[in-house]
Amino acid sequence: MASFTPGSAQEVLNIVRWAAGEESPLEVLGHGSKRGIGRPAQAEHTLDLSHLTGVTLYEPEELVLSAKAGTPLAELRDLLARNNQQFAFEPMDYGPLLGGPSGRGTVGGALATNLSGPRRIKAGAARDHVLGVHAVSGRGEAFKSGGRVVKNVTGYDLSKALAGSWGTLAVVTDVTFKVLPAPETEKTVAIMGLDDAQAASAMAEAMGSSAEVSGAAHLPVTVVGRFLGGTFSSQPRTVLRVEGVGPSVDYRIDLVARLMRPHGQAEVQEPLQSRALWREIRDCKPFADNTPAPVWRVSIAPTEGHRLVDAFRRAAGANAYYDWQGGLVWLRMEADPEAEILRKLIAHFGGGHATLIRAAPALRSAVPVFHPQPPALAALASRLKEQFDPQNILNPGRMAAN
Amino acid sequence: MSGALLPKPDMATLAKRDEIVADMRIIVPGEGVVEAESAMRAFESDGLTAYRQLPLVVVLPETVAQVSRILKYCDERNIRVVPRGSGTSLSGGALPLQDAVLLVMSRFNRILEIDFANRAVVTQPGVTNLGITHAVEHEGFYYAPDPSSQIACSIGGNVAENSGGVHCLKYGLTANNILGIQMVLMNGDVIRLGGKHLDSDGYDLMGLMTGSEGLLGVVTEVTVRILKKPETARALLIGFPSSEQAGQCVADIIGAGIIPGGMEMMDRPAIHAAESFVNAGYPLDVEALLIVELDGPQAEVHHLIESVDAIARKNGCTTNRVSNSDEERLSFWAGRKAAFPAVGRISPDYYCMDGTIPRKELPRVLSGMRELSEKYGLGVANVFHAGDGNLHPLILYDANKPGELERAEGFGADILRLCVQVGGVLTGEHGVGVEKRDLMPEMFSEEDLNQQIRVKCAFDPNHLLNPGKVFPQLHRCAELGRMHIHRGQMPFPDLERF
Repeated sequence: MASFTPGSAQEVLNIVRWAAGEESPLEVLGHGSKRGIGRPAQAEHTLDLSHLTGVTLYEPEELVLSAKAGTPLAELRDLLARNNQQFAFEPMDYGPLLGGPSGRGTVGGALATNLSGPRRIKAGAARDHVLGVHAVSGRGEAFKSGGRVVKNVTGYDLSKALAGSWGTLAVVTDVTFKVLPAPETEKTVAIMGLDDAQAASAMAEAMGSSAEVSGAAHLPVTVVGRFLGGTFSSQPRTVLRVEGVGPSVDYRIDLVARLMRPHGQAEVQEPLQSRALWREIRDCKPFADNTPAPVWRVSIAPTEGHRLVDAFRRAAGANAYYDWQGGLVWLRMEADPEAEILRKLIAHFGGGHATLIRAAPALRSAVPVFHPQPPALAALASRLKEQFDPQNILNPGRMAAN
Repeated sequence: MSGALLPKPDMATLAKRDEIVADMRIIVPGEGVVEAESAMRAFESDGLTAYRQLPLVVVLPETVAQVSRILKYCDERNIRVVPRGSGTSLSGGALPLQDAVLLVMSRFNRILEIDFANRAVVTQPGVTNLGITHAVEHEGFYYAPDPSSQIACSIGGNVAENSGGVHCLKYGLTANNILGIQMVLMNGDVIRLGGKHLDSDGYDLMGLMTGSEGLLGVVTEVTVRILKKPETARALLIGFPSSEQAGQCVADIIGAGIIPGGMEMMDRPAIHAAESFVNAGYPLDVEALLIVELDGPQAEVHHLIESVDAIARKNGCTTNRVSNSDEERLSFWAGRKAAFPAVGRISPDYYCMDGTIPRKELPRVLSGMRELSEKYGLGVANVFHAGDGNLHPLILYDANKPGELERAEGFGADILRLCVQVGGVLTGEHGVGVEKRDLMPEMFSEEDLNQQIRVKCAFDPNHLLNPGKVFPQLHRCAELGRMHIHRGQMPFPDLERF
């Protein structure tokens, strides 16, 4: 077993070519901060991209940033912040939830796992901001796709295909993202005392207003005490974030507060507190409890999230909170993952998907971590995999059993 | 280009035409099969009218099951298929082939569900882009991408082309505004991707489908995101003595953290053509005119108007008007929106290009265009989605003068080469289609293109769906699948092992 740590795209190409020749599987890694997600790896060697670092292009006025795949996300976040810019997709940090340190993760990993955060509902995920990639396929061939301009429809968008592919199609060596101005400030309206169903309709109303809400989450009574060091009272909180220039934020926060008055008593959280709160919502703070208890990440139509949770709880013990207007459900299981029950209920409530983000390795081998697909779709996905990586040498088995 | 070679017709298919037509009538009973030459004339070209070709037969299915049966039938018999929405493509994406069934999706014209709570509309693909907005505007909602053909173009075609519009810097392209699709593969498989929830449960196949120009699958249903209309919108009309200053103004606006809803630039020929056509009140003594539209909550728009105004002055604008009513705002846009027909008035024909460049390269590209204009002896007017760097040079020519069309096409190709040279791309929103197909190697290496074609192989291994578009040459999938093995020593054998 060897660990390769290439320092250039050419070295990556050499290694993958060699591995393809030997039909020798590679586990593709950045910092390994999300290594615990997916089916346990079955690779002979590791391809560690953490030495393939550096910003290759950053032009703030063109809203574009390119970096080598192993460049730390934290470093890019700082660079962007110094220019009052950001990745608008608000990439979450899985570290603490998976029992690791926070602040790790690479830009290549952000693309490969299609990271996003609370702003997903307004600004999209990594897939929506990637402009181009350079990559090496499992065939041992270097290719590029996309470009460095924000509007481009030339050829197939292979960059999007690599978003959320968990390193199973190609090894990204260089990635270009669209970057956007960071909001000058933010505030949050918190409505107290709503149950999950009431919260879902309050959030739908806020998201359907012209207030440009950029975060809508519901923190039920079972999790609310775990945010901001336990400073919240023991009432459920439905929180709505507004970001932008100062006068606009004040204007819109009033609009949201007025709109929410019929729903319940509300308070406004000021920028500092708001920022800290949304970071914790983003990073799944309440379930970052240093246990291997199974945690699900469920994506479903926003109005159905609470119905799913209600039905699921009749069959299994689970704690839950909601982001994305109710459409992102974080579920922490008391015991077994109960994958089949959960996935049947998701289908029943109009479809969506559940990913077993955290579980002991034995469980992740036994339970499909990624949502199983209907036969025609699964066949298409596997034909796509074959076209990029015919010998299945890149992260074999990570997404689906071979 | 106009002499572009389409794939050689398959003689066996042409010989079996009567049988194929009869079989299509069985699959799609009633009025859904059009075979008379006179009736097929309506379908012989799309928005790129320099190319015309009658199809083998036109079929207008009404159900997903029919689409599936047609594609499976054709796949089994090696018959090519060209999908078509409203036929507004500006790159020949829906150009028929002599030996291909033209699959027209216009009868899929119903909106299936409007779900305000989830801000989603489920629609059939033949519904027009503007039709979606019309269905939800009574509640103050709209669908954001607004290609200039939005009154006619279909949402299914928008998915195929990843259509943009003037607002996409702030609101994104089609890819960023759809939540789900249902599609049929060439083998007849019906596949559902996404829905009212976010993100994909596996590979982002919807991302691949968006902008695939009808080569991967036929879209039979689309779920789109709808947004609440911005509370207000105001615009500034700013004139500059040079395009450099206008370009710097755009860069400074974005540098100040402002993302306008729309930011358009016109050059002198375009300004003059537009003004003489619609009398929008445009200044005629400027080299570049900017329209900057800010939309959103009133407090924000008022605040940002002042910032943009200051930036424009700092950059030496010579005229600067701020709209004080919606009427005035629309009058600013009137000239820009009429720019294409306005140019059509000063020239018998025009050829619209669609490259994207890094914005800072604008002066270089404009001066390069002036040189090319002299070289080819043809005029050019420029409209420019300035916020996202998407250029629409309009090349002026007269198709009745021998050789002018070819010269216009040569000029256009050189402009696109220039766009690629400065770090840009061949097409920002119109698609590759037939038009820019042979320019793809300017931007992509053979390995780049081969990997794209391999994606096609996963969806349509026999290359039957919309062949002759996008790729200069479609290598056979078996050939592309072969591995070239590089056996050798393990790289860096001195590495630490564990």
